Amino acid sequence: MSSNAELELTQNEMQEVEASHHEHTEHVHRDDFASKMGMWLFLLTELLLFGGLFILYMAYRFQYSHDFHIAAKELNVGVGTLNTIILLTSSLSMALSIIALQKGKKNLSINLLWSTVGLAGFFMVNKFFEWSAKFAHGLYPGSAHLLEKEKGEIIFYGMYFTMTGLHGLHVLIGMALILVVIYRIKSGTINADKYIVMENSGLYWHLVDLIWIFLFPLFYLIH
Amino acid sequence: MNKSADASNYVSYLDYKGKHTGIWAWLLSTDHKRIGLMYLMGIIVFFTAGMTLGALLKTEMLTAGRTIMDPQTYNAVFTLHGIIMIFLVIIPGIPAAFGNFFLPIMIGAKDVSFPRLNLLSFWLYIIGGVLALSSLFLQGGPIDVGWSFYVPYAIRTNSNVSLALFAAFILGFSSILTGLNFVTTVHRLRAPGMTFFKMPLFIWALYSTAWIQVIATPVVGITIVLVILERMFGIGIFDPALGGDPILFQHLFWIYSHPAVYIMILPAMGVVSEIIPTFTKREIFGYKAIAYSSLSIAFIGYFVWAHHMFTSGMSDIARAVFSLFTFLVAIPSGVKVFNWVATMYKGSIDAKVPFLFVAMFIVLFSIGGLTGLVLGNLATDIHVHGTYFVVAHFHYVMFGGTVMILFAALHYWFPKMFGKMYNEKIAKFALVFIFIGFNTMYFTMFILGYQGMPRRYWDYLPEFHNLQFISAIGAFIMVTGFLILIFNLLHGLLKGPKAEQNPWGGVTLEWTVPSPPTIENFDEIPVIEHGPYHIYKEGQIK
Amino acid sequence: MSAHSENEHVIGYMPYITIWLTLIGLTILTVSISLFDFGTLTIIVAMIIAIIKSIFVINIFMHIKYDSKVFLGFIIAALVILLVCLVFTATDVFFR
Repeated sequence: MSSNAELELTQNEMQEVEASHHEHTEHVHRDDFASKMGMWLFLLTELLLFGGLFILYMAYRFQYSHDFHIAAKELNVGVGTLNTIILLTSSLSMALSIIALQKGKKNLSINLLWSTVGLAGFFMVNKFFEWSAKFAHGLYPGSAHLLEKEKGEIIFYGMYFTMTGLHGLHVLIGMALILVVIYRIKSGTINADKYIVMENSGLYWHLVDLIWIFLFPLFYLIH
Repeated sequence: MNKSADASNYVSYLDYKGKHTGIWAWLLSTDHKRIGLMYLMGIIVFFTAGMTLGALLKTEMLTAGRTIMDPQTYNAVFTLHGIIMIFLVIIPGIPAAFGNFFLPIMIGAKDVSFPRLNLLSFWLYIIGGVLALSSLFLQGGPIDVGWSFYVPYAIRTNSNVSLALFAAFILGFSSILTGLNFVTTVHRLRAPGMTFFKMPLFIWALYSTAWIQVIATPVVGITIVLVILERMFGIGIFDPALGGDPILFQHLFWIYSHPAVYIMILPAMGVVSEIIPTFTKREIFGYKAIAYSSLSIAFIGYFVWAHHMFTSGMSDIARAVFSLFTFLVAIPSGVKVFNWVATMYKGSIDAKVPFLFVAMFIVLFSIGGLTGLVLGNLATDIHVHGTYFVVAHFHYVMFGGTVMILFAALHYWFPKMFGKMYNEKIAKFALVFIFIGFNTMYFTMFILGYQGMPRRYWDYLPEFHNLQFISAIGAFIMVTGFLILIFNLLHGLLKGPKAEQNPWGGVTLEWTVPSPPTIENFDEIPVIEHGPYHIYKEGQIK
Repeated sequence: MSAHSENEHVIGYMPYITIWLTLIGLTILTVSISLFDFGTLTIIVAMIIAIIKSIFVINIFMHIKYDSKVFLGFIIAALVILLVCLVFTATDVFFR
């Protein structure tokens, strides 16, 4: 463990020394700024991915505004609000864990990350019960009960399951990323001098939060 | 000429021995040049496959009724021709093959910012290509929906649509990763002194293209996911029986696919901006105007998508707005063409093979562009929409534009990439065949479309027979030309004479390194003081 | 240019906690407002609050306020294009 950290340090030192001799080391030269830029570009692709769904939502909400109102009454505002608060809090613990690591408080950082994962799990459990309740009421794509309803309501549930489902998938990916970060902090490959992977995972996590900030009012708050 | 070329420790990227051996030294290489070369091979293989399918289509159209295949096979063949040519050839075409190879060298870097991501992107390309082709042979049968996957038919048909869509999704991912990599590379790895406005114009074009790849591709990604979900679960979003709106599918599809035509053509325009100064020995006319026009084409490309949908039943206001904005694209495109022609004015033109391809491009692309005005105009589009006129138009801009420049780039950079030279006379011979075949084939299709021949039909009325026949003959002439071109290049690769470091007198950075380049490109990262074509102005190269 | 120094900006825990409290407050606000019926204004108000919340998240949690302005430019470019797509689609679906 300690020898591992030592190795890291020497590598960092080497890179700093070599940065001045730029020419021979460019291909191994670590460029955190570039990593972050790549991550931001990736986040923009995620934004546009959901953007396509927002375009559809806009069109259908205009076309079926009455049906959307009726269908949305089936959604539980309380659970939605709770999930919003859970995600906002998990974003906070993610952000705080990076600062903790920057300040060298490795254990605090790891604990904060665990609470992020825990909150994310809590979110998914809520989501699971929410979806189960809908399924129990026969409100799922292709169900006989849903097919009897107005077309706008079918579309509402189509959009609801697609958008929250895709968002849920992102929550799961985010959880996996954070678990990797926890492992790498423990093994020392992420540390107070080298934490770009953690920062990028954090950015991803905040994006998941950001998408939810829009999904919540669009589905739960249209009474 | 160059110290490193004579030095005994010179090892080209082709001979470099890394930790892997044999075929893995290529398939697992993160070297941008090897990846670029692998892309190039993939593209040529897929192009040959797509061209063969196209030739089969034309053979079928030799006579009315059945010639060699039945209608369902015809549907499958034109679909696969479209998917291969769009997703596997012209979208990755220039950026993935030549962009990967030359972007780092032309900005004075040793590699791209994320070499491993680059390799992943290549692998996704291959996986996507294999999946797309395998949809032909797996149960369910070859897809018959056309490359645009329009719903509701794409939801209803029993053919392998989901698999082909999944392949397109993976190819989209590959494209996004390449774009992301190029944007970061251009921002981070330019050589000292190379400001944005001292970059070669090919880099400007690649940079603009990369932005479209990053911003537009996800939209088609989600569209594809929705169609797959629709087929699996019946979510209703695109299914009119459940209240969905198929026109919204078309909107989302073209929000990507229209900017995608600029993914196809912008890098080609960038190559043109490199080749013209080299073979006229003139500084490019209006450097900044060309650079900005690349960016503005990329941007305006987002305002015009619904001109593909004038007859779909969307609102009149939308039709008028999109028609108006469509004409705006002509401005930056015109800026480029006029600047190229102005560069040639009073230049000492050296009509080598790459330059001849460029000249051919300007002619064909102008015809394609001008007929585009007919299609962009609401009133005239109604008459020729969905006819051979459209097919001829987009083959003039995509094939006559992008693929001709792919050939130009191949002939321009061949000596640099392989260190060998091809036979120029035979190349010119092939070029003449292609030019004659191309115009015989597609110009007749303009006339056929104007007379009312619908696209994607397996059969035709007797009065179209003569022109259909002429068009098919043109296709065979063009295929002959392509075969000559490829065999000439292969012969050059195996038996050709050794190429010089700078056979054309080019001035961008790739001509300052040996042919083929070393694994690290530069022994010493160059320091840039002037714009790329400055040297011609001084008259240092005659 | 050493990339490392650009990442060195360490801010304390407090700003994050303040922002978190603000975000929670805005969430409660948007839920409470939704209890009243303002007709078509409802969605506009909800979207304005969501945009304010997302500006906080992007600026503070995602560090855009402290990072290079290049990233801000990237985000604005992407958002402008998304907006163009929304508005131009609206010219069809709102006027059909």
